[in-house]
Amino acid sequence: MKFGVVVFPGSNCDHDCYAVVRDVLRQPVTFIWHGQKKMPPVDCLILPGGFSYGDYLRTGAIARFSPVLAGVRKHAHSGKPVIGICNGFQILLEAGLLPGAMLRNRTLTFICKYVFLSVASPGSPFSRHIPSGTVLRIPVAHGEGNYYCDPATLSRLRARKQIIFRYSDSDGQVTADANPNGSVDNIAGICNEEGNVLGMMPHPERCMEPEMGSMDGLKIFRSLLASVHTVL
Amino acid sequence: MPLKNKGWIVEVFVTLKASVLDPQGTAVQRALHSMGYTSLTGARLGKYFRLHFIPGLHRTEVEKQARRMCEKLLVNPVIEQYHLKINREGKRSA
Repeated sequence: MKFGVVVFPGSNCDHDCYAVVRDVLRQPVTFIWHGQKKMPPVDCLILPGGFSYGDYLRTGAIARFSPVLAGVRKHAHSGKPVIGICNGFQILLEAGLLPGAMLRNRTLTFICKYVFLSVASPGSPFSRHIPSGTVLRIPVAHGEGNYYCDPATLSRLRARKQIIFRYSDSDGQVTADANPNGSVDNIAGICNEEGNVLGMMPHPERCMEPEMGSMDGLKIFRSLLASVHTVL
Repeated sequence: MPLKNKGWIVEVFVTLKASVLDPQGTAVQRALHSMGYTSLTGARLGKYFRLHFIPGLHRTEVEKQARRMCEKLLVNPVIEQYHLKINREGKRSA
């Protein structure tokens, strides 16, 4: 599976994503510059974390107008997987590829810590091969990760099983105390209706090797790889 | 200078929708309360843009363009709402 990591001015997790795909997943990977209109042939796109365009106006708001977004949309609409992590998630929201919006964290502080995630929808390619009952331990690092959508959108997300990850305690219980940023319904990650576009605030690329303190991020990528191979 | 040679200034006021919690506004309200302003019942924060347009445009065209800018970039309709004030340059804004 060939990966492409999109690089915006201000992306800062692009090299982390590139490195884990190459060295941990052992899959071919290439950087894609934000000014590139023509998308190289890749199977999975990663929109990495960072502060694209300085977070000016709103997080992800300016990145959405990058030339590369036309290719990202085309890739997403063709049904191929897209993973937006942190700022990448914010960009997918602003671009309308995922529903909802991000608000400042309830605490008004930048939150950088490990959180626990429970898998809310085990049917997605990103979660299908994660054993049921697994509680993931993955770090977040954001100032604007307070996911918001209106009640009608939330019902739709629930009905169509688009909520993939929710903030939980270490036992997988989704509680108010386990919600780090005030997100609606403890939402940490959602996918589009078709299921091929995932946005998540936690950083799976930061926990893929034993040295990193957790390897749970690997479970998400492994699930994707296994899903794709099953389909093929 | 004749009015038609003056450019336009569009002021854009962006606020969070009433249904969206505003943690910054709440923090400001608490701070003001702790300063003794107990008559305060609410505080919400927003954004302010001042857009300058060339002379020679009709007011309706200026408004049309400004609204399009808001809808495409300046405002996120999922969480925000906005209103405009349009004036000729040099005129004191209300």
